[in-house]
Amino acid sequence: MVLAELQEIKERELAARKKVLITCCLAAGCMSSAGKQVKEALDRAVQAAGLDHDVEVRGVGCLRLCCEGPLVHVDPPGVLYQKVRPEDAASLVGTLSGGATAVQTADRTSPFFTRQLPIVLENCGRVDPERLESYIAHDGYLALRHVLRELSPAEVIAEITKSGLRGRGGAGYPTGLKWATVAKTASAKKYVICNADEGDPGAFMDRSVLESDPHRVLEGMSIAAYAVGADQGYIYVRAEYPLAIARLQTAIRQAKQFGLLGSGILESPFHFNVDIRIGAGAFVCGEETALMASIEGRRGQPRPRPPYPAESGLFGQPTLINNVETFANVPPILRRGAAWFASIGTERSKGTKVFALAGKIRRTGLIEVPMGIPLRTIVEDMGGGAPDGGRIKAVQTGGPSGGCIPAEHLDTPVDYESLTRLGSIMGSGGMIVMDERDNMVDVARFFMEFCMDESCGKCIPCRAGTVQMHELLRKILARRATARDLTTLEELCDLVKNTSLCGLGQTAPNPVLSTLRFFRREYLDLLQPEPWKAPAAAASSEPAP
Amino acid sequence: MNTIAPPPSARTAGAPSGHPSGDKRFKILEVFIKRQQQRQDALIEVLHKAQELFGYLDDGLLWFIAHGLRLPPSRVYGVATFYHFFKLKPQGAHTCVVCMGTACYVKGAHRILEALEQAAGIRAGGTTPDGRLSLLTARCIGACGLAPAVVYDDAVAALQTPESALERVKGWLNHGAG
Repeated sequence: MVLAELQEIKERELAARKKVLITCCLAAGCMSSAGKQVKEALDRAVQAAGLDHDVEVRGVGCLRLCCEGPLVHVDPPGVLYQKVRPEDAASLVGTLSGGATAVQTADRTSPFFTRQLPIVLENCGRVDPERLESYIAHDGYLALRHVLRELSPAEVIAEITKSGLRGRGGAGYPTGLKWATVAKTASAKKYVICNADEGDPGAFMDRSVLESDPHRVLEGMSIAAYAVGADQGYIYVRAEYPLAIARLQTAIRQAKQFGLLGSGILESPFHFNVDIRIGAGAFVCGEETALMASIEGRRGQPRPRPPYPAESGLFGQPTLINNVETFANVPPILRRGAAWFASIGTERSKGTKVFALAGKIRRTGLIEVPMGIPLRTIVEDMGGGAPDGGRIKAVQTGGPSGGCIPAEHLDTPVDYESLTRLGSIMGSGGMIVMDERDNMVDVARFFMEFCMDESCGKCIPCRAGTVQMHELLRKILARRATARDLTTLEELCDLVKNTSLCGLGQTAPNPVLSTLRFFRREYLDLLQPEPWKAPAAAASSEPAP
Repeated sequence: MNTIAPPPSARTAGAPSGHPSGDKRFKILEVFIKRQQQRQDALIEVLHKAQELFGYLDDGLLWFIAHGLRLPPSRVYGVATFYHFFKLKPQGAHTCVVCMGTACYVKGAHRILEALEQAAGIRAGGTTPDGRLSLLTARCIGACGLAPAVVYDDAVAALQTPESALERVKGWLNHGAG
């Protein structure tokens, strides 16, 4: 396909646009509250009103404000309706001809919407995820064309390095550096893997991107493959995300039809294929070496590094592995320039980050904010604070590998370094707000139980250590523990952190360490006096001879 | 019970050709294995397909897959037991999956689970003796914005309470018989 054809598709798509566009959120959240039925009812209502020629009803990805779903956007006039029920469809369509409706509207001027800066999510809620033409109409695949026509692989890597993009999977490794390492290896066969095994409980960012804008991820992967010299890609998706899998399959099929995947992409000598690999419910497979073992059809157990995947990865070949959100950032960087991207965010953390805001907070949903935004702005302004007059006690980031940031540190800017300093991590983007009613020792136990169940069992510190730590936490919660148990727990945290094989074990103690650091009082309040100290205490109270 | 006993017929058979039981699903699975060109790295795909066809993976089925992919049965069993998604026991006619992700947990998912466990008389991961209901937990189904969430027979329901969950499964529980 040539530029003229891309443009033609875009123009045809824009010309075919009807006067009114009704978009219905069909992402997981709204789907679970009858979003699909709402769309069907709207389809019928439009037909019944005889407005088929003027009104398009389109199912789109996440419209962000999950707590008020199902969401329906009507444009013009640009109104977002919330908590729409299928029986409201007729009155919503009626508003187009001047009627009134009792359906609540969402306040688009609230900070939840105005403080967002969509880059990764720029198309989310606008394009039809099941139609390639719709993505092309929003400048899709322009970046890939620009790259294949005008840039050498080295120039692409230089651009990504200059943008300052860092891995969005949690650890924040510089993306340009990773690409350069894979590009440098001399091998005829290389792989590109997209890590979509979003296992952190409380995180649904990658899912939203895949469900709302799958072509963006494919475009990012293609650009990466061109830069590092790979011809085969894999997307490793959780089996728990059937909708994301279905949409990816559709997207891959369409891209092949249009010559945007396969051989001779966009009339260049570059060829690249993508296959989907479906996970089978193992959290440890988010770890890169475990993930590759799983793609090879084996038990998802990590192996020691080095060698790093960049040298010897999938099937022993050099492999580039990035997260969904990282790949989703690539097309806009190449379309709009590294300098533009680098102008957003802080000195060392560039661009934006998508967070899944949930827990004890008024407005839950999906947000994309510039790096460096204070945590307080996110939870108090955008999220609206705790519901039912409660007070925010802590914000948990990074899932089972992260930590709890207490309310007094809410002014911390959200970037990789600041969160690490507080004993948490950026993580993949789950942000769970907790209020005064949440017991932090129980939260630590919850995460430890998770790590205990998900430990793959290969290395002893993680396999045995997580079980022991979980037991100690249970003992503390049952008020049967003494100060000595707490010391043992702290020693174990240190041991497991420093001697485990992979990231799962190395970070498993983080929730305990961070709650011990900021909420030690809650642990101490649950401890029992040590029995052997009791008589001594009694003895010391007797008058000295 | 932790070993795979080959079905008597499979011991003597060469390359699998359908299944002696005559069950058509074995034929479909065999075609699927052939389509993967018997690549051993397709094991997880094949297990997914087998579970989709049969609902769960019993020993005979695992043996059949091992044979088809020319893999040691130990490897097939090892992979099938490693991943939570694969079920080695038959599931109930209905399933009820309580999400135990962080957001659901802080909003009281454990209370929903306790209520369901009590009403059904089974623990999470179990199936009622009459085979009507399987009670499961999930790590996170990604519906965190509407926590706590429960999945009833593949339909996600948002903002659940112990009462609403009990109401929903009432018809699936056969009181007095179990």
